[in-house]
Amino acid sequence: MTATYLRFELLRTVRNGRFFVFSLGFPLILYFAIAGPNAGESDFEGLGVSVPLYYMIGLASFGAMMSALSCGARIAAERSAGWNRQLRITPLRPSVYLGAKVATAYALALMSIVLLYASGFVLGVRLPAGDWLAMTLLILVGLVPFAALGIVIGHLMTVDAIGPVMGGVTSLLALLGGTWFPITSGFMFELARCLPSYWLVQASRVGVGGEGWGARGWLAIGAWSVALTALAAWAYRRDTARV
Amino acid sequence: MGETGRPALPPAGLARLTGRMTTTTSAGPAGVDRSDRPSRAADRPPADQPSPGVELRGLVKRWRTPAGPVEAVGGVDLAIAPGETVALLGPNGAGKSTTIDLLLGLARPDAGTVSVFGMEPAAAVAAGAVGAMLQTGELIRDLTVRELVTLTAALFPAPMAVDEAIELAGLEEIAGRRTNRLSGGQTQRVRAAIALVGDPRLLVLDEPTVAMDVDGRRAFWATMRAFAARGRTIVFATHHLDEADAYADRAVLMARGRVVADGPTTEIKAMVGARTIRATLPGEELAALRALPGVVAAERRGDAIALSCSDSDAAVRALLGGWPEARDVEIAGAGLEQAFLQLTGEDDDGAAPLTAGAPAAPAAQEAAR
Repeated sequence: MTATYLRFELLRTVRNGRFFVFSLGFPLILYFAIAGPNAGESDFEGLGVSVPLYYMIGLASFGAMMSALSCGARIAAERSAGWNRQLRITPLRPSVYLGAKVATAYALALMSIVLLYASGFVLGVRLPAGDWLAMTLLILVGLVPFAALGIVIGHLMTVDAIGPVMGGVTSLLALLGGTWFPITSGFMFELARCLPSYWLVQASRVGVGGEGWGARGWLAIGAWSVALTALAAWAYRRDTARV
Repeated sequence: MGETGRPALPPAGLARLTGRMTTTTSAGPAGVDRSDRPSRAADRPPADQPSPGVELRGLVKRWRTPAGPVEAVGGVDLAIAPGETVALLGPNGAGKSTTIDLLLGLARPDAGTVSVFGMEPAAAVAAGAVGAMLQTGELIRDLTVRELVTLTAALFPAPMAVDEAIELAGLEEIAGRRTNRLSGGQTQRVRAAIALVGDPRLLVLDEPTVAMDVDGRRAFWATMRAFAARGRTIVFATHHLDEADAYADRAVLMARGRVVADGPTTEIKAMVGARTIRATLPGEELAALRALPGVVAAERRGDAIALSCSDSDAAVRALLGGWPEARDVEIAGAGLEQAFLQLTGEDDDGAAPLTAGAPAAPAAQEAAR
């Protein structure tokens, strides 16, 4: 049951041309638009890293976050089509249903990350193999809260509301996470350090000689993961109990 | 009672039906009590139901609305034997869809119990014993018809072969087409295939032919007949009397959240399909009119007579043959909606045997409070 269901879930994601291309293409276009013209700048804002490297890691996090969120959010479309009701009169277990959504979210996020890495490479980014790997693994861990948040949004929002909600949530999280410009002090910094998106971007800072997460980072990601997973479970149950 | 009752109701059929209904409601107020189940199993004739089928007992469901709670299902008792094809017949708002939601476990009853092959609905669904075609629902996009049927088959423990389901639902021609490029009728056929492919013991169809043309309907019911021939139990909701008549062994009439009649489709058809002949015919004895072929009841209002007929053609010939002076002759079909209104006793003199014999709804409501 699980393997077949997952296979078709992935197939549907890939076949949904617009969704697939936008999810993967949008961060790429942004990357080339921002980093491309400044590819020669080797010391961005005095951080000691090049512009292509800074935005590669920022947009890899952003793209992964978007992918993870939007996969869960597709639940809203299936709900409005009545497909979830149809699934509920099959023996499909909720764990398999939600698991397939998360797996799809991760697959898409990974594709987005790899495409950003390749683009960074094209613009001259070179890193040790260990850094690529460490950075990628931390991003994947940091995606847990976003995969859960996608499911929350998918089960609580209607299909009409999902566009604006997703746009707002991702923009705000990306801004406060430091995707667009570094946030290093003041109230914004304190706020940012409480958000999972900050740590998602921070995960990729391994590539610029950053120290990864440290205790505070693991705590923040862990807390958000637990809280949003619980919320996702609640949203799922609430949605299916009501009908 | 034929003279004073409502002309559209053939008394003979009525008596049979009420008799049958009394047996299904004998549990009375205890119908909402789960602990009562064994004793009910004991008083059930073993030959009638050798193994547990589908049992709805004392079902009550209220929906919360801004205007206050609305009782969609007000005490439904129903027992369906394995292998039966049963039509839930009723006008819109009769509670058919809610009953089906309760049967499928998509909604929880406020009172009463549902048992599907001896299991709770959720357990029966998890065991792959149930397939359903709901009233509304689109197909998910970005898969071909064959892929969608394959996906659904993979969710069931013992599905039929995908090709078999595709053939049964008549989808060979469009099996390779994407689900978002289908006509309305084709979509319905795919939904039927999805409901069938798990090879469920119970198939539930909620107004499945609403969007279909005449040919589509015929093909659809041919598919369902083939499925029923495998010994499967089918429950379908419809507001077409002809569908119930042609495809069900038994029809359950619902109105205002209650079962108002339950019997073989032939009897139900005689009840709700009855026609009434009205004519001006002063002074004639009702007994003579009642003896006419095809007439089941007669009444008089002043100079006018009203004859309830099981066969209005025969009755009108005999009437005009015997009483050429009859004037202003009218023949009216009761129509399903009108028949339902009469069956539910909308008018005040409606404390007819049917409503009196209707399921133990007030008792069930009482127990639910």
